[in-house]
Amino acid sequence: MKFLPLIWSNLKRKKLRTLLTMLSILVAFMLFGFLSAIKQALVGGVSMAGKDRLIVRNKVSLILSLPGKYQQAIDKMPGVAASAHLTWFGGIYQDPKNFFAQEAVVPEEILDMYPKVVLPPEQKKAWLASRTAAIVGRKTAERFHWKVGDKIPITTAIWTQSDGNQLWTFDLVGIFDGADNKTDTTPLWFRYDYFDEGRQYDKGHVGWYVIRIKDPDRAAEIAKRIDDEFANSPAETKTEPEGAFVQGFAKQIGNIGLIAEGIMGAVFFTILLVAGNTMAQSVHERTGELGALKAIGFTNEQVLAQVLAESCLLSLLGGGLGLGLAWMLISRGDPTNGLLPFFYFPTEDLLVGVGICVALGLATGIVPALQAMNLRVADALRRMQ
Amino acid sequence: MSDKTSSNGPLVQVDRVEKVFHRGSEDIHVLANLSLEVPTGEFLALMGPSGSGKSTLLNLIGGLDQPTKGSVRVGGEDIGRLSGRALSQWRARHVGFVFQLYNLMPVLTAERNVELPLLLTHLSRAQRNQHVETALAVVGLSHRAKHYPRTLSGGEQQRVGIARAIVTDPTLLLCDEPTGDLDRKAGDEILDLLQGLNREHGKTIIMVTHDPHASARAARTVHLDKGQLSNEPAK
Repeated sequence: MKFLPLIWSNLKRKKLRTLLTMLSILVAFMLFGFLSAIKQALVGGVSMAGKDRLIVRNKVSLILSLPGKYQQAIDKMPGVAASAHLTWFGGIYQDPKNFFAQEAVVPEEILDMYPKVVLPPEQKKAWLASRTAAIVGRKTAERFHWKVGDKIPITTAIWTQSDGNQLWTFDLVGIFDGADNKTDTTPLWFRYDYFDEGRQYDKGHVGWYVIRIKDPDRAAEIAKRIDDEFANSPAETKTEPEGAFVQGFAKQIGNIGLIAEGIMGAVFFTILLVAGNTMAQSVHERTGELGALKAIGFTNEQVLAQVLAESCLLSLLGGGLGLGLAWMLISRGDPTNGLLPFFYFPTEDLLVGVGICVALGLATGIVPALQAMNLRVADALRRMQ
Repeated sequence: MSDKTSSNGPLVQVDRVEKVFHRGSEDIHVLANLSLEVPTGEFLALMGPSGSGKSTLLNLIGGLDQPTKGSVRVGGEDIGRLSGRALSQWRARHVGFVFQLYNLMPVLTAERNVELPLLLTHLSRAQRNQHVETALAVVGLSHRAKHYPRTLSGGEQQRVGIARAIVTDPTLLLCDEPTGDLDRKAGDEILDLLQGLNREHGKTIIMVTHDPHASARAARTVHLDKGQLSNEPAK
């Protein structure tokens, strides 16, 4: 600690240069924070997917449906604990840009399948009581300022009603929360019986099945058995873990993880050059001073540690402020106003950020620190003259 | 050579030292078979023209460089046998350096500059401050303790440099052209100070200078020319 004033004073030597370097580090780490939150929002479903859940979908394409009668056969298979089905609605609320998921489900099945969905008992009762009832996640409710009792009109180009009408109206009877911040609270779920009776075609079919299995270690075996069961039928199935399914969904946008990592890689490489240049200049400018320090008894290792401490302090200050600002701004809410299923700065990414701060400090300081360490005192003092 | 010599035993013993620098394929012999003894408590001036090897000899005595041949003993310790870290620690304990260009940290105040060698000790902050106050008082700069080097005159900066050199109470002070960058008045003040440190505090001082006026303050003067010592100035 007694060396801290010396290290801090050296950083203040060229205030503007230090400030600009710190700002560039700050911006990089803010970007890191936001990209982490966005990446989490887009591919986070993969990590929150249950290991004990499998998805059964049409082998040809996700947009093709499966017969509803498959559920009975699936439920009878050894190792299957429960099943639920969902059907993608693809509707528009007021404006096409107001995207959010709407799915036709069987209430008891879906609530049993996703225990982290928290719905007040009286709202569950109301949902079970009315065929036109629907529930929505807190995020979407807040996004559109919906409240229980509202009628929600949604237009769909996919599911025309029997009378030719493309407008469906649902009675909002419940707003659900997530048991944790990783639970998606954006979907609107309405009753399948109401939907299936009202739609013009594809009656008796569902979008996909979610099944819960008793033993996650037997996932591959059960998936094969299901696919074998429906092989050579008009609607062959593809059964996969929920994580792979969500990943496939996210990949329709692109490989978000790779894109985010690519951007961060480029940003950190640039910062490495900027901060590295600052440290190299800083050390070069005080060759004589370093020589004097060594002359009065500072060891090579102490000089090395001093330069590394400087670069780490610079990186930790800039990076720490950047991560802190990112955390603060992300905590204020989703900048897309609810378009993303969840928006938060994952703690593990925050810790990775701190680790990158230290690594950046060491990487930018190591070359000048070694130069300072290897400086011969007599040469350094001679350069001053 | 001056007639004022100390009667104490030698603190510094330079024994048949050679120093060769290699520049490309060329060998430059800076010091050749040089021997010198400096008794404890002596104020020795080392004179000579540019390139004569004065600073090189000072660096060897201060453990900043190693001789190509021969040995340098200070206080009985053969400093050529000390490893890098041990040599640094030895310097911190036994030697104070005063540089021509002061070599102060511009980002630190006078008192924090003086404190630097004490950071290498186990002294508490309060004890360090006490030593710093004493050293600044010795050089007459207590009132400038909070000032940064840029706000001090050259003479004052050199006083801070001297305070830094004596704050650990070393046996030996090595001064490389301490008045070389100062006007006559400021130079005289520095020489007064060095003389006081020698006479009143018993410091052994080796001062490199090319200024006869400065060397006249020393108890003894030796001349270095072409890597060899002599008692007479080079012609």
